[in-house]
Amino acid sequence: MFENIEWKKIMKELSIPLLAIVSSFIIGTIVLLATGYPPVETYSALLKGAFGGLNNISDTLLASTPLIFTGLAVAFAFRCGLFNIGAEGQIIVAGLAAAWVGTWTGLPLVIHIPLTLIAAALAGALWIFIPAFLKAKLGVHEVITTIMFNYIAFSFTAYFNLKVLAKPGQIQTPDIKSSAYLWRLSNWIEMHSYLNLGFILALLVAGFIYYLLWKTTIGYEIRAVGSNADAAEYGGIDSTKMILVAMLISGALAGLGGAERTMGLYHNFRNGFSPGYGFTGIAVALLGRNHPVGVVLAAILFGALTNGRNYMNMLAGVPVDLVNILQAIIILFVASDLLFRRMLNYKSEGGQN
Amino acid sequence: MRKKSLLVVTVLLVMALVAGCSGGQEATNEQSSEQAQQQEEELKVGIVLSSGGKGDKSFNDSALRGLSRAEEEGLISNYKYLEPKQVSVVEKNLRFLAENGYDLVIGVGFMQKDALTKVSKEFPDTNFAIVDEVVENDNVASITFKEHHGSFLTGAFAALMTNRDEIEGINEQQVVGFLGGMDMPLIHKFELGYTSGVEYINKTEGTNVKAKVAYAGSSPDAFNDPAKGKEIALAQYNAGADIIYHASGGTGGGLFNAAQKENHFAIGVDSDQDYIAPGFILTTMQKRVDNAVYDVVQSLKNDNFTAGVKEYGLEKEGIKVSLSGLAPMTKAALESGDITEEQADKIREMKEMIPSEIKDKIKKIRDKIIAGEIDVPNYLEQNN
Repeated sequence: MFENIEWKKIMKELSIPLLAIVSSFIIGTIVLLATGYPPVETYSALLKGAFGGLNNISDTLLASTPLIFTGLAVAFAFRCGLFNIGAEGQIIVAGLAAAWVGTWTGLPLVIHIPLTLIAAALAGALWIFIPAFLKAKLGVHEVITTIMFNYIAFSFTAYFNLKVLAKPGQIQTPDIKSSAYLWRLSNWIEMHSYLNLGFILALLVAGFIYYLLWKTTIGYEIRAVGSNADAAEYGGIDSTKMILVAMLISGALAGLGGAERTMGLYHNFRNGFSPGYGFTGIAVALLGRNHPVGVVLAAILFGALTNGRNYMNMLAGVPVDLVNILQAIIILFVASDLLFRRMLNYKSEGGQN
Repeated sequence: MRKKSLLVVTVLLVMALVAGCSGGQEATNEQSSEQAQQQEEELKVGIVLSSGGKGDKSFNDSALRGLSRAEEEGLISNYKYLEPKQVSVVEKNLRFLAENGYDLVIGVGFMQKDALTKVSKEFPDTNFAIVDEVVENDNVASITFKEHHGSFLTGAFAALMTNRDEIEGINEQQVVGFLGGMDMPLIHKFELGYTSGVEYINKTEGTNVKAKVAYAGSSPDAFNDPAKGKEIALAQYNAGADIIYHASGGTGGGLFNAAQKENHFAIGVDSDQDYIAPGFILTTMQKRVDNAVYDVVQSLKNDNFTAGVKEYGLEKEGIKVSLSGLAPMTKAALESGDITEEQADKIREMKEMIPSEIKDKIKKIRDKIIAGEIDVPNYLEQNN
């Protein structure tokens, strides 16, 4: 009986995202037909690019790794009733921090890797600290402040990269030392993909966030503030402190995403480091219904779309922008979740009557 | 119950989609192998474009035009172009072309250096070419341009023109502008050439022309941001500039917009841009990427493809600043109906309005640069 209820609950949670994905593909087909591209060929190219062979699967997971981190960052803040729109800024500042600490010499691997990861997480947390403080103490809306901090981050990292870290004539920072590399799977298996241990780290962190939110007191308090701050306060929870803690953790999560890009993929920092991982993270969190497991699945879906679209372009000649349309439709459908829910409820109630 | 049945339908739909896709895949494979047999003797050329993509009316379009010409003249039956939207995808694109038996794989833009170095090593039997960078592999032809020479000439021309305030569109202030795309060494090469050209005129003619310099940003997006380009151009026009030269890819579209709005002039870059805003673009510092790409294809066809650096300059018209008549892209635009005969007349009128005295001076400066009598500073060599 109990299992049945759990199962039903999970299926209910899954139904909306699945419907959104299927609908987006149907609308995508219409768009393809209208613009004169063959849908079957296009989607098969998308599928082949995303999952056809070891290299492509690895590339899909590689593309999804930063999205897991930023998705978790947004979802975690959301569990406390906060919108972290600043994951983009946090991920690039953290990427720069990792690129800096990664170049330190004379450190053994067992110290250098954790040190670089911590530096990136701290940089991410630092970048959200002012918005978090303003929100917790003065009630300044975090949407505005975190967005603004993105712009500061763009200019700050560009300046710091080009004028401080990069050698003259270069557009990227010097490569980090090999003692700070997150090992790539290509070290062990013959392949082209740059998939690295960062993906495993992302899964571990997702597991940790699940544990933190649902199995610890602090997680309970954060969720309580998220459901109703006043009620939580009345129940003896320090909501100011919880908002601060939740936002700092959120920033640190995004920061780890930046660490993975620097330590596993690029081995340096360059301007244009993130093609919008932070913003896509919002969509990932939405689609994943702010649950760590959902976030991982949604990130893999978005990773598959991003990776597969290159094959769509290569094999079927479809402009890569089409995948942006697919993604936008998915987001639109997920965002109009309420509408779907109403429709579903209405129908099932109607059936009962 | 309803919900459950809905779910079942959803799952079925997804499965149908997957099944349909995998079926289609086999068909595609068969098709492509057939095609491969048919085209066995034809040269297969693939090109990976830079961040501006197709339709940038500049760099990428110029490269594609070179391939179109090769196609029209029967050197190749067709070509494939890929548009990576992120730098990290470039490597994948290049490898895809090499893997699929393309005889020549061309990478456009300096950002492809690392990826092309790596992929060209993996496929030693495939020929590669890179535009705007140097890759030292036995199977790579590196196409570079003396942009500083062309920019110097452009700067000298702008400085001479801004003193002629009797011409409509030229104001009394002796100010010219420069709009750069991404703030990076390669674009500084354009900037330094341009400002040196302005200074050369100040020295030889005793004028006091100032050059305003601005960049659209510090990431690759800065080559594809017309809104920002317009903003910067308007600011420079308002500060007294009447001629602005750009080296900013698609961002330059904003400059042309601003020039029309303010009734001043712009100078285009890379591929002849005179036709984009007829009567407002004085000239273009043309990098004939099309000729260079065509040359590589032709050399491959004639079995005398060689690796190494191929540098194009003012001497072989690899770089050109045309001050009279219609430039190649403008002619093409007129033929294809992109611009009307009236608009073409407007361009001809504008070119005629350039005083012949200035044209003579520019020609002399050009000859001096080719002869090496003028030493044009190269930012990249100074900062290595």
